[in-house]
Amino acid sequence: MADFFQQIVSGLASGGIYGALALALVLIHRATGVINFAQGEMAMFSTYILWTLTTNHDFSYWPAFAVTLLVSFLGGIGIHQAVIRPVERGSQIRVVIVTIGLLLVLNGLATWIWTGEVRAVESPFGRRTLDVGGVAISVQDIGTIVVCLVTVAVLWAFFQFTKVGLALRAAAVNPAEARLVGVRVPWMLGLGWGLAAVLGAIAGMLTAPTNFLDPNMMQSVLIYAFAAAVLGGIDSPVGAVVGGLILGVGLNLLGTYVDFVSAELQLPAALLVILVVLLVRPAGLFGKPQVKKV
Amino acid sequence: MSRATLRTLLAFVALAVVMLVLPAFVNDFRAQQLAYVGIYLVALVGLNILTGYTGQISLGHGAFMAIGGYTSAILMVDHGVKDIVTIPIAIVVSGAVGVLFGLPAARLSGLYLALATFAIAVATPSVIKRFEGFTGGGSGINLFGTPELTASLTPVRIAGFELTFNNWLYYLAWVVALIGYVIGWLILRGRTGRAFRAVRDSETAAVSSGVDLTRTKVLAFGISAAYAGAAGSLFAIATTFVNPDAFPVALSIFLLVGVVVSGLGSLTGLIVGAVFIQFMPLWAQSISKSPGAPAVVYGVILILVVLALPGGASGLVSRLAQRLRHR
Repeated sequence: MADFFQQIVSGLASGGIYGALALALVLIHRATGVINFAQGEMAMFSTYILWTLTTNHDFSYWPAFAVTLLVSFLGGIGIHQAVIRPVERGSQIRVVIVTIGLLLVLNGLATWIWTGEVRAVESPFGRRTLDVGGVAISVQDIGTIVVCLVTVAVLWAFFQFTKVGLALRAAAVNPAEARLVGVRVPWMLGLGWGLAAVLGAIAGMLTAPTNFLDPNMMQSVLIYAFAAAVLGGIDSPVGAVVGGLILGVGLNLLGTYVDFVSAELQLPAALLVILVVLLVRPAGLFGKPQVKKV
Repeated sequence: MSRATLRTLLAFVALAVVMLVLPAFVNDFRAQQLAYVGIYLVALVGLNILTGYTGQISLGHGAFMAIGGYTSAILMVDHGVKDIVTIPIAIVVSGAVGVLFGLPAARLSGLYLALATFAIAVATPSVIKRFEGFTGGGSGINLFGTPELTASLTPVRIAGFELTFNNWLYYLAWVVALIGYVIGWLILRGRTGRAFRAVRDSETAAVSSGVDLTRTKVLAFGISAAYAGAAGSLFAIATTFVNPDAFPVALSIFLLVGVVVSGLGSLTGLIVGAVFIQFMPLWAQSISKSPGAPAVVYGVILILVVLALPGGASGLVSRLAQRLRHR
């Protein structure tokens, strides 16, 4: 039984990471109407920035964390301005192909700059475990869950209680009317990309201590985030987080207790989740079904 | 016969003649590289039928290539089937898998299809590793030196000519590529091709003109996967081994890059895409020796093409031709 709870806690930790990245996908989908295939590589790139700051420039962890978030934010806005804005009004396929191009560029650049070598990233929470009623819980897992929850709460408050947050929501829901009431829609979309980059950076930095840092580190995490976003409903922020947690715990339990699903079959399991949800309930758990106008 | 058809035929015959005599002028190593160009061409024709003509994006065509490649490898090593005999079988198997995948996928629109196929591309290597008894797991299946692999140990004699392994590969790949080209052209110019384009341009309009959406999309998936299977089978024969890392996500992405660079919805430019996929990594190495350089170059070119040259290479050619005519 102790093992069971242990698996749940570590499932929640990885679920929090999937949820954060899924939230980034949802933000961009709501703002730009596309799925950003480069989201994982953006997160990986941010994590390399953290690694460089802490190993080469004598930053301690949390200042480096803050600087990385800032750089990622600016980077996200920059990417939107440079390559997404010109194709935004065209067909979705073109935007998807541009994000694929970004995926290649960021992955290649990371290999180019930092070599493909696998790096260890320190954990800000240490490697200790806590003993709670016979259940060994790693502090790293607890820290991950807390950071994810705080991030989601801050983001929610930002969207709910600030004027910029309101403008962001308006720009996503109805760009034409938002423009009429004075919202600078292109900047809001850029801001959406910036925030998504920040969320991705958090997901990346939390993944790295357990998964190690290399240019392909976020590839499978991105698939889990896709599955989480689809499960929760690609337009629902709450759904993304809940979907991430369900997926994290579910996959962890599946991997532990079902022999057939060894570590190798977790990715295909996520793929199965994507396919089943898309076929049975394309709007996901929290999304509103869309009616297609002809 | 219309003038356009005649021109296409002439261009095709010219291409076939050039490809027939080319090995006499290039060395063995170059012949092998050109064989790979032929292999990629097969896959690109298939992907363009699906993405360029039917409007269904696929980021997972490497997975269908993997199915073709493993079908050939398993048949050759475990069942002693001659390599060229395995090609049609690989085509049938991956075509069937394509139809099976197309049945649910036909219900997914644009973005979601991209997402599902991308997930397939990422998941493929781990599925292959999991079913170790069948696929040889991470170490894969080695074909080199097996008697089923034509010309691998001793040169093969065909019609009085002695062909080394690489020249044999070259002709095998290009014969399949040219046949694939012709079949693709025939499919696309007729009724089926019109249905494909109708689905791409407007699903609503296609349905109201009596096109069966599901049937058309599933057919496109099947045909496209069959091409990928042929390419995968040739790929396995050419590399003389298969393992999970031979079919990474990158392969699927490079195929999409190839199609976009050559021009979606046009068969003529595909050779450019195939040459691009094969030789770009080598050119990129001249910029930097870093293993990351090819990906950066691929990515930058992909973005530039989408931003500045939506028709790809064939779009550029037809625009130039038009300008010349209007002089």
